[in-house]
Amino acid sequence: MTLTEKILARHAGVDRVSPGEIINAKVDLVLANELSAAVAIGVMRSIKGGGRVFDHSKIALVEDHLVPARDAQSAKLAKLMKDFAAEQQIEHFFDVGRGGIEHVVLPEEGLVAPGEVIVGGDSHTCTYGALGAFATGMGSTDIAAAFLLGEVWLKVPATIKLVYDGALGHLVYAKDVMLATVGALGIDGATYRALEYHGSTIDALSITGRMTMANMAIEAGAKNGIFHADAKALAYVRSKTERDFIVERADADAVYERVLRIDVAALEPQIACPHTPDNVHPVSQVTREEILVDQVFIGSCTNGYIEDLRVAAKILEGKKIASNLRVIVNPGSQKVWMQAAQEGILTTLAAAGCAVNTPGCGACFGGHMGTLADGERCLSTTNRNYVGRMGSPKAEVYLGSPATCAASALTGRITDPRVLELAGV
Amino acid sequence: MEQKLRGHAHKYGKNVDTDVIIPGKYCNLIDPVELGKHALEGLDPQFTAKVKAGDIIVADTNFGCGSSREVAPIAIKGSGASAVVAKSFARIFYRNALNIGLPIFECPEAVDAIENGDEIEVEPATGVVRNVTKGTIFEAAALPPFMQALIEAGGLVPYVERRLGGM
Repeated sequence: MTLTEKILARHAGVDRVSPGEIINAKVDLVLANELSAAVAIGVMRSIKGGGRVFDHSKIALVEDHLVPARDAQSAKLAKLMKDFAAEQQIEHFFDVGRGGIEHVVLPEEGLVAPGEVIVGGDSHTCTYGALGAFATGMGSTDIAAAFLLGEVWLKVPATIKLVYDGALGHLVYAKDVMLATVGALGIDGATYRALEYHGSTIDALSITGRMTMANMAIEAGAKNGIFHADAKALAYVRSKTERDFIVERADADAVYERVLRIDVAALEPQIACPHTPDNVHPVSQVTREEILVDQVFIGSCTNGYIEDLRVAAKILEGKKIASNLRVIVNPGSQKVWMQAAQEGILTTLAAAGCAVNTPGCGACFGGHMGTLADGERCLSTTNRNYVGRMGSPKAEVYLGSPATCAASALTGRITDPRVLELAGV
Repeated sequence: MEQKLRGHAHKYGKNVDTDVIIPGKYCNLIDPVELGKHALEGLDPQFTAKVKAGDIIVADTNFGCGSSREVAPIAIKGSGASAVVAKSFARIFYRNALNIGLPIFECPEAVDAIENGDEIEVEPATGVVRNVTKGTIFEAAALPPFMQALIEAGGLVPYVERRLGGM
């Protein structure tokens, strides 16, 4: 069995599962944010016998999408979830200022461990595959059912094995590798499938780099993206929690639907051009014409980690952003924000002319704190660039790494960070 | 579930994503009718003015890709549209549509044979898709037995009630 199949079989209480089979799997954690929770709570209240959640220690509720509240209606949803958390004595409730973006917060808080099954009312729940968990996003009715039953029905996905070899070049990052992967698979290339990441490139990646890659599995339509928990992952998890968990490994004779080999040694920084995340091109090709930018965004559950902010700060240190644009930075969580403050990163970014916001999802999905106007163009470290994703349907969103975003912030146009460095700017 | 759904086709291309089905700024709405006023706004701002009760959305592959927002199928339902016929669906949208009772049909042949504005009739129980305008008939892919049972039970909510009742 593949890694995904092994985890699902154990959670379904059976020896084996096969792709296509429908199982009931026990869940170790159920996640919701104030938008998905609001609908889920309504559904839960409509269910006869649905008074209490299955286990108040196995639910995480994170205020992150439209908070600090954009308007009274958003405040109402935030309050609805807060009141529900109090009523149900939810142990893991994260209010504004004490959490951040759900997918950055949960691993930080030790709520994710290898071999676990986690479902969340957000499509980027797949991020936790970085630590060897099976994690997938669902809608609110499914989340309401999981709140009550502590289990979910799942169709066992076939697995696509991704094998990456080679060392990443200077100023090339996990984000570039994943953009290239989504470009190669296509936005429905992995629909209903699991992605299992392997290879020497992966072994050398940091945990947050793996989170960036697992995060964007959904951008190829995948149900989940998963890494084997190695010594690095175990050390990370052990530094966050003392809880028991079972580390699974794919069997030597696991059956993969497809194996895709990607050599990253010659990989350049990558850019996803409007309006789909699989419209991916090397930066050298994109920069053949001048693409001026109105906004650069650095943050999100894809690239809101401390390492990402360090990369951006190193490029922007002692310099000023170009006069034609604004730069918005959202550290991914309160802990990332505090770490960045301690390291002087926030001051560096602010001195360069960046607006540094409190953690949250708002800008990424056109909610608030970075919404685009008609005709504006944004280069962003986020995960999606569909029409209207960050605001106006007449705006354009390009996706790239924190290094590419920071370099472009200095020039005012989409820029190869390697070229900028050579130019000594 | 209603025996037959009938209306005019509103035809779109592939990868109709959840950001165009219901843009993020409306995701704090809960009421289906309010959501319905903005259905497909990012793709076709005239859709809500054109759509009549019972109309059917017809689309190419990967309908509903992107986020897990359940308000996407709720907005479509709230607009008055009665069903979606597509060549394929993204997986979270697929679950959400079934869970909230928006009938969806995977039928590539029917999609190819339907033009914008054609009158369409679908039978949820059998998956039969009729193009009334052109006089052609197609059969959508059957739901897996587990999902068929879920639908027959009335959706996920009654299923959960039964489970909580110890049945």
